[in-house]
Amino acid sequence: MKAAPFDYQAPGSIEEACALLADAGGGASVLAGGQTLMPLLALRMSQPFVLLDINKIPTLQGVSRIEGATRIGPMTRQCEALTNDTLAGRLPVLVQALSHVGHHQTRNRGTIGGSIALGEPAAEMPATAVALGAVIEARSVRGVRRIAAEDFYLGPYMTVLEPDELVTAIDYPDWPAGHVTIFREVAQRPGDFALVGLVGALVLESGKITRAGLAWFGMGPTPVKARQAEAALLGQNLDGLDIEGLAALAIADTAPFDDHHATAEYRRTVGRRIFSRTLREALGRKEAA
Amino acid sequence: MSNHDIELTINGRRFAGSVEARKTLSDFLRIDAGYTGVHVGCEHGVCGACTVIVDGRAVRSCLMLAVQVNGAEVKTVEGLAAPDGTLHPAQQALRDEHGLQCGFCTPGVLMTMAVLTAGNAKPSEESLLAALSGHICRCTGYQGIRRAVKRLAGENL
Repeated sequence: MKAAPFDYQAPGSIEEACALLADAGGGASVLAGGQTLMPLLALRMSQPFVLLDINKIPTLQGVSRIEGATRIGPMTRQCEALTNDTLAGRLPVLVQALSHVGHHQTRNRGTIGGSIALGEPAAEMPATAVALGAVIEARSVRGVRRIAAEDFYLGPYMTVLEPDELVTAIDYPDWPAGHVTIFREVAQRPGDFALVGLVGALVLESGKITRAGLAWFGMGPTPVKARQAEAALLGQNLDGLDIEGLAALAIADTAPFDDHHATAEYRRTVGRRIFSRTLREALGRKEAA
Repeated sequence: MSNHDIELTINGRRFAGSVEARKTLSDFLRIDAGYTGVHVGCEHGVCGACTVIVDGRAVRSCLMLAVQVNGAEVKTVEGLAAPDGTLHPAQQALRDEHGLQCGFCTPGVLMTMAVLTAGNAKPSEESLLAALSGHICRCTGYQGIRRAVKRLAGENL
């Protein structure tokens, strides 16, 4: 239960961090908040030669506005994001999802970018990025890449990030004020990883759905974008919405698995149910407003 | 593996030492600095027993490296009571409400309670209980802890 030996480096700038990652030739792990990486080190499921601590790079922290999007620095702590006014106004569903990430004590260290870069399939932040259409900026000594969140995940804890790349920003495109937020998570205890979770946003214009972003977590090897349901929702009138049919479509994109907490069938059944209930509640709230 | 010189404040006292990169803050506090009130339960961030306060925030000390607290201000359960032995309000509340049984999880619980009620903070009972979801009591003595939290929230109102 003690980490294997490693070298520790704490660069002060993005350029320095990228140079160190390039030097390490794939042998380095990046330490952000450490709330998932530190257990992996303690359990020796991860044994890097170099631990690259990016906590001392100030330019990786904070929330800012850019053209048409809200930019979150990857080292923004989850506890800071929870109380950030820009995020509360622009990305309410992200803030709602954050309150389900770990516990008070882990959110004090854990970061938005750390969770997104690690890619735990049952975690809230990767699915939220996929649902809202976020773009992940990755840097290396070779240059800068911008990767759509939906193309970022390959499998559990596997992403398209190259070993020498560092996530330097997550850009969430603007959703218009007053958009409908969707969030529901079923977990055994508060703060546990989700057994089944759904997150997303809808835009309504004069009774019609004009934009939809929905993603599942805990429902496959990666966050799962509910593409079929999103497509089916577009242009629909609120009145004639076939919610049960949409739930079936949303489930069709998932690939849940059996584990010692729940079977795949259970996840599909609960998923269908929370999809219907959450959509109904969200649209009901909107109509009442 | 690399070694690093660190200097920090623990419970108001300066402490300097050299640590191996992989040493966790929890092991450092217990073994190097002698603050054995920091209890190490699961060693991978699940149980909350090792919770300490780093620069004003409750964190799991098994999920930080000692080298990361260079320059920081750390508080452990040993730093809660006043020098004359007067208990911290959180300690008093746990004592009055029989909020501990074997006592293993207690230092971590106390640090979370202390940080949430620090200064003029007036936490709701709900927010205190939500924060306590980050602590596991294997005696399952949760009702006493809940009563203590309720008393603490009430006192602060």
